[in-house]
Amino acid sequence: MDLDMVMLSRIQFAATTIFHFIFVPISIGLAFLIAIMQTMYVVKGEEKYKKMTKFWGKLFLINFAVGVVTGILQEFQFGMNWSNYSRFVGDVFGAPLAIEALLAFFMESTFIGIWIFGWDRLSKKVHLACIWLVSFGTMMSAFWILVANSFMQRPVGFEMNNGRAEMNDFFALITNGQMLVEYPHTVFSALATGAFLIAGVSAWKLLKRQDFDFFKKSFQISIVIALITSLLVALFGHEQAQYLVKTQPMKMAASEGLWETSTDPAPWTVFAAIDPEKQENTAELKIPYLLSFLSYSKFSGEVKGMKEIQAEYEQQYGPGNYIPPVRTTFWSFRIMVGCGTAMILLAMYGVYLSARKKLERPNKWFMRMMVVGIFLPHIANASGWIMTEIGRQPWTVFGLMRTEDSISPNVSSGEVLFSLVSFTGMYTILGIVLVTLFLRVIKKGPSALDKVETTMNDPYDKEGQHVSAK
Amino acid sequence: MLALNELWFILVAVLFIGFFFLEGFDFGVGMSTRFLARTDGERRVLINSIGPFWDANEVWLITAGGAMFAAFPNWYATLFSGYYTPFVVLLLALIARGVAFEFRGKGKTERWVKNWDHAIFFGSLLPPFLFGVVFAGLIKGLPIDGEMQMNAGLFDMVNGYTLVGGITVTMLCLVHGLMFTTLRTVGSLQERARQLGQKLLIPLAALLVLFGVMTYMMTDVFEVRGAILTGMAVAGVVAFVLAGFFMSKKRDGWAFGMTGTVIVLAVAAVFIGLFPRVMISSIDRAFDLTIHNAASGAYSLKIMTIVALTLLPFVLGYQIWSYIIFKKRVHEKGHLEH
Repeated sequence: MDLDMVMLSRIQFAATTIFHFIFVPISIGLAFLIAIMQTMYVVKGEEKYKKMTKFWGKLFLINFAVGVVTGILQEFQFGMNWSNYSRFVGDVFGAPLAIEALLAFFMESTFIGIWIFGWDRLSKKVHLACIWLVSFGTMMSAFWILVANSFMQRPVGFEMNNGRAEMNDFFALITNGQMLVEYPHTVFSALATGAFLIAGVSAWKLLKRQDFDFFKKSFQISIVIALITSLLVALFGHEQAQYLVKTQPMKMAASEGLWETSTDPAPWTVFAAIDPEKQENTAELKIPYLLSFLSYSKFSGEVKGMKEIQAEYEQQYGPGNYIPPVRTTFWSFRIMVGCGTAMILLAMYGVYLSARKKLERPNKWFMRMMVVGIFLPHIANASGWIMTEIGRQPWTVFGLMRTEDSISPNVSSGEVLFSLVSFTGMYTILGIVLVTLFLRVIKKGPSALDKVETTMNDPYDKEGQHVSAK
Repeated sequence: MLALNELWFILVAVLFIGFFFLEGFDFGVGMSTRFLARTDGERRVLINSIGPFWDANEVWLITAGGAMFAAFPNWYATLFSGYYTPFVVLLLALIARGVAFEFRGKGKTERWVKNWDHAIFFGSLLPPFLFGVVFAGLIKGLPIDGEMQMNAGLFDMVNGYTLVGGITVTMLCLVHGLMFTTLRTVGSLQERARQLGQKLLIPLAALLVLFGVMTYMMTDVFEVRGAILTGMAVAGVVAFVLAGFFMSKKRDGWAFGMTGTVIVLAVAAVFIGLFPRVMISSIDRAFDLTIHNAASGAYSLKIMTIVALTLLPFVLGYQIWSYIIFKKRVHEKGHLEH
């Protein structure tokens, strides 16, 4: 066992998880939006909504496939790379994963199969129910994963027995305070991710004036959801920050680059040049009162600095370095907040345009910004997770187990290197293919679907219409 | 009264049996795309015949993994870290295969299609082979030390016995998949699937007998569970003969049922042979992982039992429903999604 092994395992986990988490929010978001579109089709009976369901459904399915296959690795990797961690917390951590599979994965995978192949086999309402079950399944899946993750941030509902954490209160586990703020924050950001994808693609097509009515309607639906969800993301982000001050003050202090305990009221640092060696910031730009508001929802109150918390933790957990990588935590937090703010502003202006019926002659620069806006939620999602996970270091389970003690002692660094290289290689190919296919579907546009419609006739259903599907 | 760790051992076994029975046929269909299909149209028919099912079938594996993690964390940790590299290959195969179904039909060039066809073939061939190797290793015993760490070299994992295990499982899945094809297709494709299935019965029988004999000689499972395993072996022979009989009579549904029965018996035999151990140590029997020293606490098992027993009927219900919806056969003139 050496440091390389810990680093390699961490890099592999970070790389595969961040990659996987590009597709998960898109799946959650698109499933929800498609379910809404199909509901409009079933309620109003207008063909254009069916076309929307099918067109965006294509992107959803391409994305869903990658999300599913990269998810298997996520489950296996705990045992493969982090076997000591798995032994230590399997009792608590394994349960939500098993329940996720039983409750969510089976539902998603069965009903997505029925949805894809069942367009002309089921009644409209039953078929609609299938996509809602898929959507519900993706959200349940997120729920159980975040129950597991929240345990790592704030361990509850367990007792220590024979050197391992054993569950003793399931209810505490699923009502973990951390979970209650983390789940809505994550799910609304996933919905926003899907909404910005549809809005961005629509904006691109509106600029090119292709299938204008189709993409105008898509833009209108998605931009409203984008605005509502990105506001909710910010709201629950604020809740989460306040919770963080109470439960993981070190992460909060690091995300603020706060070495010394702040003044009362505490100012918020916009930018800082951080020197982790000397444990000080060489330059800072601050907004007064704002950190107090962020932490306590009022304009007073001091926030503890890293040095003070380090001293407390040494008392509590013994000697060691309890300060996470400060720069990464600090900047990932700012990137996340910056992207989130940009998303809210874009969505506000987009809703304004669509409410004022100005989409016929849209502002070109704004529409281009919306295309770029496709990436904003992804950057925010990734940096949010980086802040959450890096900010928790040196712990895998806060206060209970350190990262360096979590790895598999019987796996060599050569083996991890082999898997790291092959998985990132495979994922690079998948990423390129996915983008290629996305662009192809988008370029073809919804009119390509008309062709498919005519080949849908099943010769066994309607005699005499032997149309080849090739 | 059944103890909870015994119940969870049975549940993990049931999940693996379900996985091999279900994904077994879609692995087989995936393999047969390479040599059974003569045209691209036929290949598409094969892929579409498993299109609505393969994803849910794979979730049986994910659930089995999750159940191991939750109910037997030490088993999960020792097995997955011990078999690190084989599992990397397994995952790469499953990843490539899964996206291939979705991606294959979405490209334009011949090369594109061909590349994804390779992904489907190898992605369907490697997993059953690797699972065969791993499960054979489980009953043969692996170098597990007193700290529950498995430090296996290449030849602990890959040797004559485990190779035969791997090839047998692969062949079994192939025949099972061919029988599934006879149920879901029409015309000459259906006919060829049945004929190939019949042809492969003799080599498959030889492999099964060889693996059975090697298991008798090289492992202790017959010493531990002699009576019941012998009974299951007899039942397996009967099911196998019946499979051949039904194939020749073109009773495809029954033939599929019988190849499935052989799979169920084979996987069940592995778990029964292991019980109450979950992994056998080749270093010292005192280091064996059992359902006692590898299990989670009583509380955790109780919660999981309640959750699992509540949810399983629903899961089984809608999965069966999905097979009822798509009972109609797939043919080239119908609508092919992939």
